[in-house]
Amino acid sequence: MSVVPDEKAAVATTGVRAEALHFALRNGKLLAGLTVLVVLLVLGLFGPMVAAADPNAYVGPQFAPPSGEHWFGTTIFGQDIFTQFIHGLRATFLVGLLGGGIAAVIGMAIGFTAGYRGGIVDEILNMLTNIVLVLPALAVLLVINAYLGIRSIPVQAVFIGLTSWPWVARAIRAQTFSLRSREFVDLARLSGVRPWRIMTREIAPNMSSYLFMAFILLFGGSVLIGASLDFIGLGPTDSISLGLMLNNAARYNALHLGMWWWFIPPGLGITAVVGSLYVMNVGLDEVFNPKLREM
Amino acid sequence: MLRLDRVSKTFRTGSFGGRELHAVREVGFEVAQGEVVSLIGESGSGKTTLGRMILRLAAVSEGSITLDGVDIARQKDYYRSVQGVFQDPFSSYNPIFKADRVLEMIRQRFFPSMGAADWRARVESSLAAVRLDPGGVLGKYPHQLSGGQLQRLLIARALLLDIRMLVADEIISMLDASTRIDVLNLLGELKGRGLGILFITHDLSLGNYVSEKTVVLRSGRVVEMGRTELVFGNPLHPYTRNLLGSVPRLHRRWSEEEDAPEEEATCFYHGAAGRDATWPGLVEAEPGHFVGCATSGTCAPALELVR
Repeated sequence: MSVVPDEKAAVATTGVRAEALHFALRNGKLLAGLTVLVVLLVLGLFGPMVAAADPNAYVGPQFAPPSGEHWFGTTIFGQDIFTQFIHGLRATFLVGLLGGGIAAVIGMAIGFTAGYRGGIVDEILNMLTNIVLVLPALAVLLVINAYLGIRSIPVQAVFIGLTSWPWVARAIRAQTFSLRSREFVDLARLSGVRPWRIMTREIAPNMSSYLFMAFILLFGGSVLIGASLDFIGLGPTDSISLGLMLNNAARYNALHLGMWWWFIPPGLGITAVVGSLYVMNVGLDEVFNPKLREM
Repeated sequence: MLRLDRVSKTFRTGSFGGRELHAVREVGFEVAQGEVVSLIGESGSGKTTLGRMILRLAAVSEGSITLDGVDIARQKDYYRSVQGVFQDPFSSYNPIFKADRVLEMIRQRFFPSMGAADWRARVESSLAAVRLDPGGVLGKYPHQLSGGQLQRLLIARALLLDIRMLVADEIISMLDASTRIDVLNLLGELKGRGLGILFITHDLSLGNYVSEKTVVLRSGRVVEMGRTELVFGNPLHPYTRNLLGSVPRLHRRWSEEEDAPEEEATCFYHGAAGRDATWPGLVEAEPGHFVGCATSGTCAPALELVR
């Protein structure tokens, strides 16, 4: 490592990122997780353009195991499972990203603000968090559905996002509280750093792998909540998701009929998406935390 | 230079700030240029809170802190003149960034237009002032450096600015004996450069070693303060006597300590200032030596006032 003295100054800010990238590109866990995720994402994004437009169309023979014509076989009604899978993958990513994303943004904003400001701001935000936490999401959903109806997957994702953030807010608030009292935060204040930058540059980087994990949990949670909502008939009726496929398979006794090709692809799909995110998270921990890098 | 005038700090605790906790009560003293003032007190006496108020990390509830006669809350570039170093060197650094980032933050805020070469020279001169080798500390992570190095790097950080006042809050209590004396002597050098230093400690012998003035704090109140040799040589407050009595000294045997007279019913403060003197307050026992009321249950006027 030879750093020319005159370049030393620029290194401090860009150096952190360049260094993180350096370790990220050499981290097997991160790369493996990312590869699986990207493959599934590409399949979900571009697959539906190539495959048949309607995943619920009755296109083939009923009850057919995987073959050259129907890669993942057909359902008991003769729907093509591969078509359903790639459409479902897209819906699953949408629910996970949108629902998890909204919940993560709200939870982090409230958690950081409450934890850093403390005092009366904390009391009010904490009260709000607790109210949403004890709100029976299902009952609220029933009421909303009765008045408005949930017609599309994005609406479902937004609803999931708006109700699933409280635990993130509470967890981040607690972490921020403990980090805020560390002396390096005081030192940043003595260096004239503004509160927003202290939160984003001093406190948040210390829990970046935790924040990412919170997002992964929210992502997985949104996918599963979406699947359960579909199951009880509160989801969009005319579309498909991996959760809905699983629930259809369960409803029509695929397991008892030996139709493994009906439930394994969607189950494996959800597991692969959430699992690859988890593996990435472990990898990111090593990238972000210099102490874990050294052997 | 830096002056505290009847400074109090009240924390609101409990839900919606229902209860009050008086951490600091009506404290007043002054730190002049080239002077080390040691602030001595046990845990919970309010000494760290005082340091945080001087560093504007906590708001002053009542009273005022002024630097050259101007309230510190209204000073724009306050941190150019006043900086602090804290107790725990390992917690003073953000563990995921390199240690020299603390220097870089100073540059971003205070010297944004300074050229790289000038900055480098400035960093090197302030590292030299704390006897650190640039190659040994720059570009390292905090966990790769020792406590003494980290603490000296923090002092170097403060020296990058042309500070006039340093708040040193227990800065050597987590260092081992050999690095301790290095850092302590470093404070002596800084004093020689004209810096005012507030040396917060619970260790009497350290206070005696470095300071010109001593302020003894108990339960948020000043019980005794004045020139160090007067406070240490002729302690008038029972609390100070107790503190000093617990330090073994070379020229006295423990049996002689027993001969200390019984506490009188009226403390020195109320004896000198009159039974009706307001409380809390300080009375000048001799030039440059102030004492407060004993209030430990032995002072009759104080007990009456409480009633």
